[in-house]
Amino acid sequence: MRLAYTLAAALAAPQASLAANPVDWPSVLSEARGQTVYWNAWGGSEATNAFIGWVGDRVEADYGVSLVHVKLSDTADAVSRVLAERAAGIDEGGAIDLIWINGANFAAMKSEGLLFGPFAESLPNWAFVDGEGKTLTTDFTVPTEGYESPWAMAQVVFMRETADLPDAPRSAAEILDWAAAHPGRFTYPQPPDFLGTTFLKQMLVDLTDDPAALSAAPESDAAYEAVTASLWVYLDALTPHLWRSGRAYPATGPAQLQLIYDNEIDLAISFSPGEATAAIANGLLPETVRTSVLDKGTIGNASFVAIPYNANAPAGAMVVADFLLSPEAQLRAQDPAILGYGTVLDMAKLPAADRAAFDALDLGIATLSPAELGAAQPEPHPDWMTRIAADWQRRYGAGL
Amino acid sequence: MTLSPSRLLLWLTVLLLGGPVLAGLIGVVAGAMGHVPGLQSVKPASEVWGAVWNWPGIGRSVAISFWTGLLAALISLVSATVIMAGWSGTRSFARFRLWLAPFLAVPHAAAAFGIAFLIAPSGWIARALSPWLTGWDRPPDLLILGDPLGLAMVLGLVVKELPFLLLMMIAALPQAKAAPSMAAVSALGYGRARGWLLAVFPAVYRQIRLPVYVVLAYSMSAVDAALILGPTTPPPLAIVILRWAADPDLSLRALASAGALVQLGLVLVALLLWRLAEIAAAQLGRSLAESGQRGGERGVEIAGAMLAAAAGKFLMVGLAILALWSVAGAWSFPAFFPETLTDRIWASHGVALLETSTTTLLLALAVVALALALALGSLEAKPSRRLLTALIYLPLIVPQVTFLPGLQAAFLKLGLGSGALPVGLMHLVFVLPYLLLVLADPFNALDLRYRTVASGLGLSPARQFLRLRLPLLLTPIAGAVAVGMAVSIGQYLPTLLAGGGRLPTLTTEALALAAGGDRRVIGAYGLAQAMAALAPFALALALPRIVWRNRRGMLHG
Repeated sequence: MRLAYTLAAALAAPQASLAANPVDWPSVLSEARGQTVYWNAWGGSEATNAFIGWVGDRVEADYGVSLVHVKLSDTADAVSRVLAERAAGIDEGGAIDLIWINGANFAAMKSEGLLFGPFAESLPNWAFVDGEGKTLTTDFTVPTEGYESPWAMAQVVFMRETADLPDAPRSAAEILDWAAAHPGRFTYPQPPDFLGTTFLKQMLVDLTDDPAALSAAPESDAAYEAVTASLWVYLDALTPHLWRSGRAYPATGPAQLQLIYDNEIDLAISFSPGEATAAIANGLLPETVRTSVLDKGTIGNASFVAIPYNANAPAGAMVVADFLLSPEAQLRAQDPAILGYGTVLDMAKLPAADRAAFDALDLGIATLSPAELGAAQPEPHPDWMTRIAADWQRRYGAGL
Repeated sequence: MTLSPSRLLLWLTVLLLGGPVLAGLIGVVAGAMGHVPGLQSVKPASEVWGAVWNWPGIGRSVAISFWTGLLAALISLVSATVIMAGWSGTRSFARFRLWLAPFLAVPHAAAAFGIAFLIAPSGWIARALSPWLTGWDRPPDLLILGDPLGLAMVLGLVVKELPFLLLMMIAALPQAKAAPSMAAVSALGYGRARGWLLAVFPAVYRQIRLPVYVVLAYSMSAVDAALILGPTTPPPLAIVILRWAADPDLSLRALASAGALVQLGLVLVALLLWRLAEIAAAQLGRSLAESGQRGGERGVEIAGAMLAAAAGKFLMVGLAILALWSVAGAWSFPAFFPETLTDRIWASHGVALLETSTTTLLLALAVVALALALALGSLEAKPSRRLLTALIYLPLIVPQVTFLPGLQAAFLKLGLGSGALPVGLMHLVFVLPYLLLVLADPFNALDLRYRTVASGLGLSPARQFLRLRLPLLLTPIAGAVAVGMAVSIGQYLPTLLAGGGRLPTLTTEALALAAGGDRRVIGAYGLAQAMAALAPFALALALPRIVWRNRRGMLHG
């Protein structure tokens, strides 16, 4: 049936896009009714795909918005699409209505003027959002300015196979000591994969004496070299002890899960505290895997949704973004049996019944409690990441 | 001069193949000069090219692409030749032909995944020998996948290209007059293998030269096999280009265009080298034939049989792995079989799989039907060899990664934003060349005297085509349709770019899900892809046998 539907959609004239004004919410709702929203989101996770399917059912029932999940293997594909549309002069009626986005992709789209908004802070459910306690108004230090709406919190944790590694390493130095004693049992995704660069950033934050320097772009080449020197010394020492002696790396985060499952490695980085529990439930990790953080804390950030400037159904997209912020959706996302993503809401702002529901949530066997996770460290300024990733490529990714 | 229907179809073909490639190439060249469509910032060309040459590891990336591409093409050709020389014409070979189709049908990504799980340190071979023989209770830390020489990747390419070349060779046999030649050389006292190599191979090679070039060009710029099996520190050039094109830093897109031109140059240099090697090999073959030596070919026959048998096993093992993973519960190292089984994946994906399969097959059917009409019409118009070569080669040699964004931009300008129409047109760009490739030689090799006799009997050109050439070509046409459908089903980037993600096919869904690395889901979708592409092949093999059940002379080889 999907083909017939798609054919019909291809032949039908594009829906006229009224200038959706987020401040006038009732008119957004009435405009959204009957719209189809194409949400371009990474399709690599069964759990996320099922969650997006559920969101679709709910917004259809409550708001008459029909949601289609366009599964991407790389968010950059969506960025390319919007870019290509602008090049062709398609300034309305574009193919993408909503993108799951953060970090560098957001920074690129925002600076190229490819986003609709600002809309996020006008969404009704923004009232529940924890704007003070969580970093939700900056994305990798780039101010969001309402051009993207948060929907999940992420924080670095380390997953380990407790059968081989019972005691969690609590610092960069302890990871090195353990790796040297157990060669070939640790690796990280190959930069520029975002999780791989996250590992480099996490080690930098843990090793540096001057974390404050990371919150702004490096002042000079000399400053960059001074701050990162300890990271390169560390990686030079670590690399020979890595899986495959550092001559190959897993391509992505999920590829690491497979390595743990096959008992090729015992320790891996994750950017989602609930990922291990969900992966155990889906048979992607052994039941003996547990998670931990470092003593000094770990980096955290948020996942957002953004609307392209030429979206065909911006009203419908805003309704979906708003629904994602609802206590109902946030509770379901945080349930580790479903998704295990951290909520972006402030418990103190919620009605008592909703708060109780969050309190009653069983976080699952491999998920740390908020107290155990501790406060998230801020992301370094994106310039650090860009330069570190380029230097990593030169030092470890270019062969002999 | 009035425009006959066949000339009209030829010009339409030129437009539908040449137009998109030209649009894509213009985009690439503009990008390499620093002008990326849609981007507000423009970099000077010197800066773009400087950044390309200074990219860490770029020299090694280029070398890997060059070496793995040549090696994969060479191994594929030699293996196909050995199998044909040692084995063709025997009864067991007829059965083996049936095995070729599914080989060709299995999508590259699924095949690469199957190989990965076979040869990885935690793979099936290691599991079969562990721990009783090897003593491994955990996988050894060996660099097998992603080895610096790219040998695992070469294996992945050969497994896919070998059956393609074999099918091309089999299709070329009747026109190469294989049977009479074999009769002649065996009367002269030559055995099967030596006789085939000296008398049949030169004629066969002349007909499959174009497919061999396609294999070479494809192997040098393949993405799927490289991503799953190739080296990563640094990766082959095609992957570097892909990274540039997908980098959040939009200014790197100019580098992707420049890289695509480097890739194009690399392919051209390799083709030139190959051509020189052809001349040298022909000299060698001639002196071998003039020496008049006989015998000493038992080895080739055994090697051919073993290669073919190994290839057949490989397929069964590959499909078995996909099937097993799709129903596997717990399956840890070194267990040879899953410890528990579950229908979870099929239960949760069954409906979606069925829907997506229907979309994929209907799309492929529509594209192939259009492509077949265009291909036959064009060949009927007797285009010059040069034009035909250009039509086949341009879309297959220019690397997809960078020629597609330019083409996408052109489509958007024409108002073809998303949906089935632009996706179908995009698929046509890749399906049509394969149809021309498969059909051109059989079509041109049709005995001219048929035409003369038919004209003498007063048949109009249209009736000659329908009553004479179409039936004569039924076998290659059926094969061409099957190849075309497999090509359409396997398209990833074209489907994604032209469809705006709104036309999900088995391949786009499979690759999106594969990004999550869940082997169970990959198994289910890989199997579904193989099955979808398998059905047309089974039909292609059966159809001539059914239609010509009373005319055995129409069945070749």
